[in-house]
Amino acid sequence: MARPFRHLRRTRAGPNDHLGVLLSTHATSVILAATEGHEGEGGFHTPSISDFFPSAILFEGTIFQIDRLWIIRIIATLVLLSIFVIAARRAKVVPGRFQAGVEFLLSFVRVQIGEEIMGKERSRRFVPMLTTIFLSILAFNLTGVIPGLNLAGTSRIGLPLVLALWVFVTYWAVGIRKHGLGGYLRANLFPPGVPWPIYFILTPIELLQLLIIRPGSLMVRLVANMVAGHIILVLCFAATQFFVVDSAGTGLMIFGALTLPAGIFMTLFEVLVAFLQAYIFALLAAAYINMSLEEEH
Amino acid sequence: MVAHSSAARAAAPAEEPQGIELFLPAGYDIFWSAVVMAIIAAVFYKLVLPRMNAVLDERASLIEGGIAKAEEAQKQADEALAQQQQLLAEARADAAQVREEARAEGTAIIKDLKVKASEEAARITETARRQIEADRQAASVSLRTEVGALATDLASKIVGESLEDSARQSRVVDRFLDELEASQAVASNKEA
Repeated sequence: MARPFRHLRRTRAGPNDHLGVLLSTHATSVILAATEGHEGEGGFHTPSISDFFPSAILFEGTIFQIDRLWIIRIIATLVLLSIFVIAARRAKVVPGRFQAGVEFLLSFVRVQIGEEIMGKERSRRFVPMLTTIFLSILAFNLTGVIPGLNLAGTSRIGLPLVLALWVFVTYWAVGIRKHGLGGYLRANLFPPGVPWPIYFILTPIELLQLLIIRPGSLMVRLVANMVAGHIILVLCFAATQFFVVDSAGTGLMIFGALTLPAGIFMTLFEVLVAFLQAYIFALLAAAYINMSLEEEH
Repeated sequence: MVAHSSAARAAAPAEEPQGIELFLPAGYDIFWSAVVMAIIAAVFYKLVLPRMNAVLDERASLIEGGIAKAEEAQKQADEALAQQQQLLAEARADAAQVREEARAEGTAIIKDLKVKASEEAARITETARRQIEADRQAASVSLRTEVGALATDLASKIVGESLEDSARQSRVVDRFLDELEASQAVASNKEA
């Protein structure tokens, strides 16, 4: 399984990799001088891929290694669980504002994702899974725009990979349980109503879809969006810092008028992207599971 | 591969992963991701969603119950209204019937009374007519005798001749009375 994955990742990773390198070289050449002697948590730093791989804090080098991104993920997890556990414990028949907000999110997943894609009856089984996926991705995405955290929990591949694997295992499992392994493969790899020579092309593509493209695109789409978003945000704010604070009194300050609104706009845009990516991930998960459950034609 | 990359990263954490390494997960990344997702999923599966669904179901049943209750109340109200309207219609019909009967009865009574009154009037008229006739007869008889005597007396006085002969006397009186009646008839004819 590792080889096709690697192949896919290479093709998918290409542009982002390029972007990352481009941004980091560009940023280093412009800003390096200004960063000298500038330290601190919220301070300036060059946007680069290494942002997503901070130094280990605990258990360095082991499988239990904890770094800054992990602290962010743990905080996001605690906040997410606190909100929903409190809401669940205090849930009343007549909801207050807080409960109404929580219920809005839950019913959004249930209705707009589950029932919309799978239908009311079929979606019932998968609503807990879709809810977990949607809300955890949303929480981990939003850490990217929260001051002090400033790094999306989904911007490193591990978490999206686990979620994609969950979806992958689920749609295989429900498909095999419903149609049997042979029936499931036949329905998916040899779709009826196609002239047989086409199967020489179609079947490998469908197999690739089932095994790699679906889970791979789920996680790569999410990670790439979050990585790109973080780099753009850092670039906007680092540039603002450089133009307004470090270049104070020079003509360069005027560029700050451009980069600061851009940073604010991109922050809002990232909030939208956070929702959108969580929605797309859950929506596609529902669609893939639904495809496995479709009756044979 | 995984072990290699995590080991390399541990050795030089600040070193930037290049290219495809961005999408190659380190062991610890997968491990903790699985732990975190398992915790989140467990909480959502076991606590949050069952609890919220229970509340939603309870609310739905309450709303449905409320709707059913409201429908029941509405139905009862409709029935009561229909019943009331029916009663009212019946009462109106009764009243109309009673009025109609009363009017008919009244008409009958009036008619009856009119008949009785006219009969009474006729009877009174008849009695009066008979009384008058009887009185007239009596008057006529007494007049005939008295007027005869008077006239005879008067005539004998005037003529100086006693009309002792009763036959003659009677003849004279009859003639006088005939003349008197004739003159009365002429007078009454004239009056008519």
